[in-house]
Amino acid sequence: MDVKSALFYVFAAVLLFAALRVITVRNPVHAALYLILAFFQASGIWMLLKAEFLSITLVLVYVGAVMVLFLFVVMMIDINIDALKKGFWSHFPLAASIGAILALELASVLMGGFRSAPAPVEAVAAPGMQISNSKDLGIALYTHYLYPLEIAAVILLVAIIAAIALTMRERKDSKLQDASEQIRVKPADRLRMVKVDPVHQPVVAPVVEEPKA
Amino acid sequence: MTVTLGHYLTLGAVLFALSVIGIFLNRKNLIVLLMAIELMLLAVNTNFIAFSHYLGDMQGQIFVFFILTVAAAESAIGLAILVLLFRNRSSVDVDELNSLKG
Amino acid sequence: MSQTLQASTLLTIALAPLVGALLAGVLGTRLGGDRIGHRVSHSLTVLGILVSFVLSVQTLYSVVHDGARFNETIYTWMEVGGLTMEIGFMVDGLTAMMMCVVTFVSLMVHIYTIGYMAEDEGYNRFFSYISLFTFSMLMLVMSNNLLQLFFGWEAVGLVSYLLIGFWFNKPTAVFANMKAFLVNRVGDFGFILGIGLIAAYTGSLNYTEVFAQSAQLASMEFPWLMLGQSSLLVTVICICLFIGAMGKSAQFPLHVWLPDSMEGPTPISALIHAATMVTAGIFMVARMSPLFELSDTALNLIMVIGAITALFMGFLGIVQNDIKRVVAYSTLSQLGYMTVALGASAYSVAVFHLMTHAFFKALLFLAAGSVIMGLHHNQDIRWMGGVRKYMPITWITFLLGSLALIGTPLFSGFYSKDSIIEAVAASNLPAASWAYVAVLAGVFITAFYSFRLYFLVFHGQERFDQQPQAHHDAQHDAHGHGDHHLPHESPWVVTVPLALLAIPSVLIGYFTIDAMLFGGFFKDAITVNASTHPAMHELQDKFHGAMAMAEHGLVTWPFWLAVAGVVSAFYCYMINPALPAAVERMFKPVHTLLVNKYYLDAFNEQVLARGTRYLASVLWKRGDQALIDGWLVNGSWRLVGRLSNIVRRLQSGFLYHYALLMILGVFGLITWFVWLKP
Repeated sequence: MDVKSALFYVFAAVLLFAALRVITVRNPVHAALYLILAFFQASGIWMLLKAEFLSITLVLVYVGAVMVLFLFVVMMIDINIDALKKGFWSHFPLAASIGAILALELASVLMGGFRSAPAPVEAVAAPGMQISNSKDLGIALYTHYLYPLEIAAVILLVAIIAAIALTMRERKDSKLQDASEQIRVKPADRLRMVKVDPVHQPVVAPVVEEPKA
Repeated sequence: MTVTLGHYLTLGAVLFALSVIGIFLNRKNLIVLLMAIELMLLAVNTNFIAFSHYLGDMQGQIFVFFILTVAAAESAIGLAILVLLFRNRSSVDVDELNSLKG
Repeated sequence: MSQTLQASTLLTIALAPLVGALLAGVLGTRLGGDRIGHRVSHSLTVLGILVSFVLSVQTLYSVVHDGARFNETIYTWMEVGGLTMEIGFMVDGLTAMMMCVVTFVSLMVHIYTIGYMAEDEGYNRFFSYISLFTFSMLMLVMSNNLLQLFFGWEAVGLVSYLLIGFWFNKPTAVFANMKAFLVNRVGDFGFILGIGLIAAYTGSLNYTEVFAQSAQLASMEFPWLMLGQSSLLVTVICICLFIGAMGKSAQFPLHVWLPDSMEGPTPISALIHAATMVTAGIFMVARMSPLFELSDTALNLIMVIGAITALFMGFLGIVQNDIKRVVAYSTLSQLGYMTVALGASAYSVAVFHLMTHAFFKALLFLAAGSVIMGLHHNQDIRWMGGVRKYMPITWITFLLGSLALIGTPLFSGFYSKDSIIEAVAASNLPAASWAYVAVLAGVFITAFYSFRLYFLVFHGQERFDQQPQAHHDAQHDAHGHGDHHLPHESPWVVTVPLALLAIPSVLIGYFTIDAMLFGGFFKDAITVNASTHPAMHELQDKFHGAMAMAEHGLVTWPFWLAVAGVVSAFYCYMINPALPAAVERMFKPVHTLLVNKYYLDAFNEQVLARGTRYLASVLWKRGDQALIDGWLVNGSWRLVGRLSNIVRRLQSGFLYHYALLMILGVFGLITWFVWLKP
C-alpha cells in the first residue's frame, strides 16, 4: 500500500462519514459544517486524480461561496430545531434499504462495465504531462468549448437576476422618484378649484390654493 | 492494493446513495434537502474526474467545470426560493408543502 | 307512323294535380292561413284533374292511333356508384290506359266529393289529399324506372294513410291507418329487396336496361349462404317483387288492412281502395312481365295466392253487415282474380280486368256512399231496405254495377272475368287446377254476396226505424237526429258521377276487348313467353269477337253459377228471410270463423304486434338502458373515475415522494437495461 492509496482511503472514509452526518444531524448549522468537511475531502480526492484546477475551484467556489451562502440562509431563518427531527427513524429502514440497493447496483454496473480496463490509462496523457492541468483545461475550454462557456456565463447572470427578482422587497420608507410618473401629471391631479361664497365679513377673502410643484 | 477506477466509482455510487436517502429522510428540513442535492452533484463530479483521469480524456474535467457553474447558480436560486417560502409560511417543513396534492 | 309524345304534355299530366293539391292544401288550411274557401279549392283541384284527364285521353289517342311512344329520362337527380337515379316517363299502351283510368276515376271522385263532404270541416284538406294521391299514382304508372315506381308506391301509401285517418279524432280510424301503413310496410320490405337485387345484378334500375339483360338473368343463381343451397335468381327477385304487390294489392295474408280502411270517407274507398292504389301491385307485375315470365315458381306462387284470396275473401263478404265492408271484400276477391290471371301469364287479361273493375267498383262504392248519405250516415244494411223508391238514380247505377261485377254477358265485367277463367283453364302450371276450382266457386260466391247486398238495401221491407239507437259515426250529423227521416236522393254532384261511371261499366268491355287482349295494344308493354305459357295463345284461338263471346258465355259454367248465385240470394233474402238465420245456426262454427275473419286479425294483434312490442321493450330496457347506458356509457366514466382515484394518490404534493419515485424509476431502468434486456 503506497501513500496514494492510503490517502485515498483516508479521504474516502472521512468523506463518507461527513456525508452521513450531513443527513442525520439535527442542527442545520452542524449539517452545513459537515458538508464543508465533505467538500474538503472531495477536493483532496480530486487532487489525487491530478485535477488540481478543479480541486481548488471546488474549495474556492463551493465552500467559499455556496456553503457560506447556505450558512447565511440557515442562520437568517429562524428555525425551530425541536420540531425538526420527528419521524426520522420511522422511515429509516426503507430509506436505508433503497439506498443500499441503489449503491450496489450502480457499483456493479460501473465496475462491471469498466473491469476490462484494469490499468489506469495514465500514459495517454504523456505528451500532455508537460502542460499543467489548468493550462490543459484552458486550452480545451477556450477553443472547443467556447460556446458552452459563454452560455455558462449567461446562466450565472440569469441566476443573479432571478435570485434578486425573487427576494427583493421594496423598503417602505424609500424616497425614490419616478420621473416618467412626474411628467405624466395633469393639472387636475394637483389643482382643485373651489367655489367659496363671498362672506359678509370684509376681512376674509376667497382663498385659492397654490399649485404644488 | 492499488486503487483502480472501480474504487472511485464505488465511492461515487455510495455517496450518491447517501444523498438519495437524505432526500427522502428529511421530512422536516428543506435546507438539508438542498444540501443533499449538493452531495449528489459532488458524487457525480467525482465520477467524472475519475473517468477523465483513467481514460485520459479532458472532457470529463470540462464537464465538471460546467456542472460546478450550474450547481452554483442552482443553489443560489434554490436558496432564494427557500427564503421566500419561509417568508410566506414561516416554516421550512417539507411535510407542510403539499398544496399541489391531486 | 310512330311519333314521340311531348315531355311537356306528360309533365303537365303529372304535375297539374300536384299544383291543385298544393294550392288547396296550403292556402285552404290553417297552414296557409285559411285564405281560400270551399268553392275555390274544389274548383282548383277539379280543374287540375280535368286538365290531366283531357291530356291523358289525348295521349291515349296518340298511342293507339299514331303509335306514339315515349321513353326518356327527364332529370337525373343522382348518380352513385354506377347506379343512376332519374325521373323519367315511359308511355306505351299500358301506361296510357292506366293514366286514363286513374284520371277519369279521380275526376269522378273529385266531383262526387263536392257533394259528399260538403258539411265536413276538413273539406279543403280532403281535396288536397285526393289530388296529391292522383299525382302520386300518375308518377307511379308513368315511371320508366323502378326507383320512381317505388317513390309513387310509397307516396300513394302515405296519402292512403292520411286519408284513412282523415277523421283523426276517431280512434278506430287512427288504428286503421296505422294498420294499413304497417301492413304495407311489410310488403314494401319485400319490394325493396327485389329492387335491390335487380340493381345489384343488373346495375341499373331503368326498365329498358333491366329487360335487355333478362336473358343473362335467367341463367344466374342466387346462393342461400346459410342453407348451402341456391335457387334461380329470377325466382327470388320475382317473389320479392310479388311480396310488394301482396302488400299493396291486399293479397292473402297481407290483406288485413283493406277492410279496416273503410274507416275513411267513401270517396277514398272508391278512389284508392278499389280503383287505383290497390291495382298498383297488379300494374307492377304486368310491367315486370319480362322478368316474371322467366320464373315458373314465382308464377305458381302468384296463382296460388291469388286463388286463395279470390275464394276466401268472397266467403267473408257473405257475413258482413256494413255496406262498405261487403264491397271491400268484393274488391279483395276481385284483386285475387287479377292476381290469378297474372299467374296464368295472362297479364293483359289481368290489366283488362283491372280497368273494368276500376269502373264498376268505383261505381259501387260511390253508390254505397250515396246510400249512406241518403240514410243519414247509417251504414248497416240490416236497417235499410226498399231504398229504390227514394233514390232511383242510385238504385239503377248500383244495379248496373252489380251486374257488371257478377259477370253478366255483354257487361264489361263479363268479358274480363270470363277471360280470366278461360286463361286459368288454359294455363299449364301445376297450380292452375286448384286455381280454376277457386275462381269458378268464386263466381257463385260473388253473385251471392253482391245480390244479397242489393236485395237487402234496395228491395224488401223498409227497416229504417228498426235500428237500435246506438249508432256511431264520426261525422257530425247536420240533420240532427236520425233515422226517422226518410231517405232522399243525393244532389246532382253525387249522381252525375254515378251515371258517368255506369257507362263504361256497361260498355267498355264490349268495345275494347278485341283491341286490348288480342289486338296488340300491349304488344311492347307486356312480354309473354308463348311457348312455355300458352294461356294467352289459346285464348286468342278461342276468341271470335265480342258478340260471339257473349253468346258463348250463356252456355258456360260461370254464367250458370252466377245465375244460381242471384237466385239463391233472391230466395234467401226476399222470399224466405228466415233461411239465412237457420243456416247460420246450423253452421255456427263456420259462421264464427267467418265473422272473426279467420282469426287473422287476432293473430296479427296478439302474436305479431304484441310480440314486436315485447321485443322492443326488452331491447329498450335491457339493451339500451341497462347495457348501453348503464354499462358502456355510465360504466366507462365510472371506470375512469375509479382508476383516476387510484392514480391520484401518486400526486401527494410532497417533494420527497416525487424524488423517491424518480429514484425508483432510475432503479427500474437500470435493472431493465443491465439484467433483463437481452
